[in-house]
Formats: sequence, C-alpha cells, structure tokens
Amino acid sequence: MKIGICVFPGSNCDYDTYYIVKDILQEDAELIDYTSKDLDRFDAVILPGGFSFGDYLRPGALASKTPLAEAIVNFASKGRYVLGICNGFQILTELKLLPGALLPNENDKFICKRVNLSVENISTAFTRKIEDKEVITLPIAHHDGRFYAPQDILEEIEANNQVVFRYQGENPNGSLNAIAGICNKSGNVVGMMPHPERISEDILGGLDGLKIWHSLIA
Amino acid sequence: MDNLHGLTEQEYETIKSLIGREPNDIELGIFGVLWSEHCSYKSSKPLLKRFPTEGPYVVQGPGENAGVIELEDVFVAFKIESHNHPSFIDPFNGAATGVGGIIRDIMSMGARPIALLDSLRFGDINQSKRITKGVVKGISHYGNCIGIPTVGGETFFDECYNKNPLVNVFCIGIMPKNKIYKARATKAGQLLFLIGSSTGRDGIHGATMASSQFDEKALKRRSNVQIGDPFYGKKLLEAIMYMVDKDLPVGIQDLGAGGIAGACFEIAYKSNMGVDINLDEVPLRENDMNAYEILLSESQERMLIVIEKENLQELINIANKFHLSWCVLGETTTSDTVNIYFKGEKVASLDYKIVAEGVPSCYTQPSKTFSPSMEKFIPEKMEPKDLFMKLISNPNIASKEHIYTQYDFEVGTNTVLGPSSDAAVLRIKWPLRPDVKSEQGIAIKADGNAYYMEADPYEGARWTVSECVRNLACVGAKALAFSDCLNFGNPRREDVAIKMELCVNGMADAMKEFSIPVISGNVSLYNETVEGSTITNVMPTPVIVGVGLLEDVHKHMDHRFKKPSSLFLIGNLNQEYTLNGSLVQKILTGSVKGTLTKVDIEKEKLLVELVVKLIKEDLILSAHDVSMGGLITNIFESLVDTNLGASISLYIDEDPIVFLFSENPTRIVVSVEQELEEQFKNIVEQTPLDWMLIGSITNERNFTIEYNGRELIRCDLETAKHIWKNSLKDFF
Repeated sequence: MKIGICVFPGSNCDYDTYYIVKDILQEDAELIDYTSKDLDRFDAVILPGGFSFGDYLRPGALASKTPLAEAIVNFASKGRYVLGICNGFQILTELKLLPGALLPNENDKFICKRVNLSVENISTAFTRKIEDKEVITLPIAHHDGRFYAPQDILEEIEANNQVVFRYQGENPNGSLNAIAGICNKSGNVVGMMPHPERISEDILGGLDGLKIWHSLIA
Repeated sequence: MDNLHGLTEQEYETIKSLIGREPNDIELGIFGVLWSEHCSYKSSKPLLKRFPTEGPYVVQGPGENAGVIELEDVFVAFKIESHNHPSFIDPFNGAATGVGGIIRDIMSMGARPIALLDSLRFGDINQSKRITKGVVKGISHYGNCIGIPTVGGETFFDECYNKNPLVNVFCIGIMPKNKIYKARATKAGQLLFLIGSSTGRDGIHGATMASSQFDEKALKRRSNVQIGDPFYGKKLLEAIMYMVDKDLPVGIQDLGAGGIAGACFEIAYKSNMGVDINLDEVPLRENDMNAYEILLSESQERMLIVIEKENLQELINIANKFHLSWCVLGETTTSDTVNIYFKGEKVASLDYKIVAEGVPSCYTQPSKTFSPSMEKFIPEKMEPKDLFMKLISNPNIASKEHIYTQYDFEVGTNTVLGPSSDAAVLRIKWPLRPDVKSEQGIAIKADGNAYYMEADPYEGARWTVSECVRNLACVGAKALAFSDCLNFGNPRREDVAIKMELCVNGMADAMKEFSIPVISGNVSLYNETVEGSTITNVMPTPVIVGVGLLEDVHKHMDHRFKKPSSLFLIGNLNQEYTLNGSLVQKILTGSVKGTLTKVDIEKEKLLVELVVKLIKEDLILSAHDVSMGGLITNIFESLVDTNLGASISLYIDEDPIVFLFSENPTRIVVSVEQELEEQFKNIVEQTPLDWMLIGSITNERNFTIEYNGRELIRCDLETAKHIWKNSLKDFF
C-alpha cells in the first residue's frame, strides 16, 4: 500500500507517522510537501498532528488554504482513504470534509495524557479490524480538541453512525457527546484527536494504536 | 539601563586603555553586553575551572554551544541554560524564549533536538500564581508547538524564590557520529549568512538585565524580554537540519545574548579571524532602527551560518523554501578586528581579542568560610501519620501532573519513560536518517535540592551529585556526563560568595570521585531582590542534569510496584541518619540547617552498579531512590498510581521518625519476586552494601507501617492519593 503523509509548515507528528508506516508497518511511505497538487499515486493519505502554520488564525485554518489541501479534497471525493490525526482532524473540519469544529479545551489548557476510547463505528477503513464497542487506550495531546457541532448537525452525525471514537469514562476536553473522532458519510475520511502513532510499539508502553494501522493496511 | 550600558567605572577605564581611545556609544553597548556576567563569566571563571571536563565518552567539553558525548552509534549533544530574570518580569515570554534559546544551542552543533527537561523554582505557592501559570504556559506553548517533547524536570517551591524564580531548561539532541558543527570560520572570504526571523527592538540588553539584581522597578524592564515564536522556530529548525544534512555550513552560531554583536564576536574570536559586518541588509520588523538596536537586539529565532561563497545561492534557496528571511551579514577577513558598517559609515571597530579576553575578573576568593552547625534536628514528639499527611500535601511532594500534562511529553515517539519517573528514558532514532539509530537508550535527570546546599553547601552539593547518579541508575542507566546551571544570588555579598564557593567545590569533588565530567552549562548570578532595606537572595541552587546510558533501551526500569512481592531497602544502611536539610525540617521549623551526613561515594558507586545489574538480570520489579520526603514518601510514590498496598515492618534501633523521613543518600527501594529473593540477596551480599527486608507489597489497598512490632501508621491510600493528586490543582 502506498501511504502519503502530508507535511505542512509546523506539522510535528509527520516523522512519527512516517516512522510507523515505513519502519513498523513496512509499507511504502512518502512525505508530501504542502505545495503538492497531485495525490494520484497514493492509496491513502494521513494528515498528521502538529501546529500547521503555528495555529495562526485558528488551528488548521491556514493549512486548509494550501494547494495540498485542495488535492486532499479531490482525493477524498474519489472515495480514497484520508485520516486526520489531531491537527489533521482540525484541518479536515476546516476543509468541511468532516462536520463540526474543534474548539479550545474546556479548561483552556493543553492536555497530554492517555485516555480510554470506545470504538463506535467499525465499518471505516481505519477501524475495520477492531471489535464493535471495544475500549482502546490512546494518548491525546492538544489544546483545541473540544468537538462541537450545532444541535441539528450533531443529531445527524449520531443518526448516520458517523461517531467513530467516543471518550470512555472521563471526557478530557468537554467534547459534545464525548466525541473523539468522526467520519464522513461515506466513511472514507476519518478524523480523530488521539494519536495512534504514539502507542504502536511495545517500547512506548502500548500497542492499541496498531489496531488502527492494521485496519488500514488489511 | 544606565549610561554606562551596565559597565562599571573601572571597566570603562579598562576599555579606554585597551583600545587607546574613547569608545563610541555603539562600541560601549557591545562591551556592555559581552562583558556582562551572563556572557563573560567574569565572577565565576575560576570556579568553573574546578570541574572535571574530560572523560572517555567526551567528544566536546565546555566552551561550545553545547557539549557532546559519543555513544556506540551516535553522538549526543546537550546543555542546560537559565532564563531566570526574564521569567520574573514576563513569565510566559521569559520561559518560552528560554526553551527556544536552548533548542537553538543544540541545533548549532548540527544535532536534531529530541527532548527537553525543565528545572523550575517558584516562590511561596500562594503568592506566585502569576509566575507559575505563566512559566508553565510559556514552556508548554513553545515546546509543544516546535514539536520537541518536555519529558521531565522538577518543580520546587520556597519563599526565597518569590521575586527570583528560576527557570532552567535543558535540551538534548542526536546526530550522526563525527559530524559536529562549531561557531567557526576556516578562512578569510567566507560569508556570514543570517537566517530566520527579522530583527526587532525586543530584548535589547537582555543579557545585561540578566546580570544584575532586581529592585522595585524590575517589572518595568519588560522591553528587555524577548518574544518567541515557536512556529518560526520550527521552520528554522527544519531549515538548519536540511542544510546540515547537505553539509552546507562551515560553522553555525545561534543568536542569543548580545544578538548579532554577540554571535559575530564569538565567531571572530573562536576562528581567530576578523569580520566585516554590514547592517544595511538585516531584515527588520520595525522602522527606523539604528545600528545600536540592530546590533544588540535579542530577537529570537535567528541563526548565523558561516558558508563558502559558492554555496550562497543554495542557502538562499533553503531560506526561501522554509519561508525564512535572510541576508548576507558579513565576510571573514585576515584582520584582527570586527568592523561594523551601517549606511556607508563605519560605526564600530574593535579588536575581537580585547572584547573576548579583556574583561577584568571580578572573582575574589572569599576570605571566610561557612561551617554548618553540628546540632542535630530532632522534631518534637508528633504523630508520624500527621507528619506524613503534611508531606504529601506539601507542594514539593504533591503530584506535579497538573504541570506536566500541559507539556507534550510524547511527540517524537522516543519517550520510553516520561515525567514522574526517577529519570526520563529516550530511545534513539531519527526516521529520515537511518544512520541515526541505536538499540542503546539515553536517560536524563535534573537534580538540585537547595535545602541540602543551604544547610550544608559542600556536603549538600555532594548529595546532589550522588542523587542524580542514583536516579539514573534506578531506570537502568549508567551516568556518563553532566550539564550544570549554577544559580546563585549576588556574588558581591560575602555570604552568597562563600556558599557558592563551597557548593562548586562539593560538586566538583563529587564529580571527580565518580569520574563523571561536566561538558556544558551556564551560570546565573544576581538572583537577588533589593526592596528598600530588605535584601533577598535565592538559596544556593545549582542544578545538574545527568545524562546516562542504557546498554539496551528495552531493559529499563521504573519506580511503580507491579505485583505482590517483597520490599527491600538496599545501599549504605549503616550511616548516621539525619533530618538536617530535610523537607520535614523546613516544614516544622521554617528553615533548614545543620550538617549533613557525609555521603560515601565509593559505596554510592557500588550501589548504582548493583542496581543497573539487578535491572539487567531481571531480578527486581521496581527501583526508586530515597530522596526528598524520605523512605515513607518513596514507598508512597511507588504505590499511589497502582492498585496495590504495602505492609511495612521495621525492626530497627533508630528513631522511627528519623528513619522514615530522613533523606540520607545511598539508598534505593526495590521490590523483588519471592522466588528470586535468594538470588537477589546473594548478589547484594557480593558487595559491601546492605539489604534490609522492610515489608511486602500486597493486593490489599492499604499502607501500614509497623515499628518493632507495633503499628505506627495506617493510611487509607485513596484518601492520601486524592490529597497528593489535587494539592497543586489550582495553581497551574
């Protein structure tokens, strides 16, 4: 599988994601510069975490105006797989590929810790190897992760089974309906605040992230 | 600033006689910065010479932007630096730029920064909210955004830091072997290429400000504080790594204290070569800046790269690729002067040797010494449990998770052990450079308990060095080298100078006994506030960071109890236990004093070897060193985040309060599976060290301590956990 990792100025989980795909999964990985316009050679692209364009204006806002962002919209419209992690999720909502928005955490602080998540939709390309309602542990590290959508949109997200991950137990950032990750209606685009790339090796104290990667390359 | 630019009358006279004329205003500004304590070490140089700086792993000792050691597969660069004064005036920006500055020091060596530690000292917690919140947010803002994890550190509170908080930041980086960059040009005709952010008016005379004490007007010095932009820092980091990968630089120097002037004089002096500088092309962010401001601005996120002329176009392309501003700042010459031109005029011309070497030493060896009182502190009769509850709610013991969860401690996916461990453990990889990879691991730990050094400066410093080495051993690492940050008050005051002298001697002697060198560091003096007739100096607070090696990163250990097992105390158990210098003494009496028991470093060396061996051979389940808060705190810390309990039975002659709360060194608590006990004891008995079975870890969530058969403490762990976890909640 050929997997592209999108690099915007200020992305900082790009190399971590690249490492997982290339060194741990041993798949064909390539870093894609934000000026690129062509994604045809890829089977899937990942928008990694970080602070693209320094979070200026709003997290993800400036990255969504780049040539690469336009190419991602095009790529997703063809039904190809797109995963946005943390800042990548924020970019996907800015691009309207996913509904809702990510607002500053309820306590207005950056939060770095491990959280429990219930996997609520196992039909996406990133969750198909996980059991329905399985609880997995992944790290979060963000300042703007509070999922918000107007009531009618929120109901639609729930009705369409677009919630992919829900915080289990503690809701760390005040997200509506404890939403940690969602997909688009067709399920090929997924955004999530937690970082699966940080917990995919024994040496880092857990393997739950691998469930997401194994779903992708299955 | 006064009209002498921070210089004394005597220094001014020295300058006149060295250059044979009256210096102009710009030249005086250059001397003011480069002869400041921060840049010239004029009060501490003879002290720094006492430290050992050489050893088998050392590739680069003190004197460059960072020190470098050699591991099996990679070189490792590291350094600690202070940003104390700015962090009082503007806590957020002061701390943030402290992080940015130390990261650039590591980049200057050509290394990829992989982790940060911060060592913080705050005042009385109820009076310091502006500072504590600002500093933590500043570190979080810069480190998280630039994508370098803050993997550990220490936070300590005492009222002596009310107006002089200490913010020390440490950074470590990795690089391929044999590819160190230095602040050097190699021949005349090479270009000085300035790259990064534009130059503004922020931080002018920051270094001078950081070299004097505070008075009532301290908070008005905000314009001396630099403003950081981590996004720019990230772009600069990637640009530097890109040019290093292509081996384009001849030399690299970051712009820190003294801005353009500081960096150019550094390169000229170290290269033994003149430099002609033209300020006309420097990208500015404000209009009408004059030569003085451009030269001395400490605007952040700028680097100076020495390059061959034929590589200029490639450097310009890199600057453009990463959206960084740039200019050709100057050129190396065969002369012995740094000439500075602005708008067609020569505005300054100084011999770089005079600037670098001419500063008169301010160091005088104190004529007196300080002898701690021999009196032993014995607390009045009190319930041990009450004392224990006081300890776990004390800000110096309470959980620091409200601080470290604001730091991204995992970005980079190299954090094997993060905050709250005895030491942080890092694995070594750099995905884009397959040659930068290793099965070895790195451990890092900052230590600097000022109570020890306030009570008994010489011995306290030896305790501190021992504690750092012991902490590294508890995760399975052998200490290889140190970086240190010498934070003291005003050295013109004799009592401060005496304690500084004793601390440095204690540290240096201990390091020599351990055969572990210091390879980088920083000095921060004048941490003093004068308000009317009240003079407050910080306690002696040297901070050391130990860097250790794990032969196999997979074989690391942490302090948490894992399952029902036997609990042993190992080490030098036959020593005179004391509460002098302990947190208990501070809590009960309001001050710390009295002699500390002499640490037997030969035994300490054996203990750290023993623990590393026990970890390597899988004979222990946990290891945690006894330090602040004593044995009882040690056991509690290993217990609190598990579902287990501990039943402790002590059969000793020692007073139980002293034994449980003493912070005496050379002791480590380990848990051992019952079937491995005999093997474990045999290995300990092959050394002159002692073991003592102190109890067992159980499945019952209780913490009880018996003393010679009678119950001394019974503690509900969930209540204690709640107190420990939430005591700092509202302060960060």
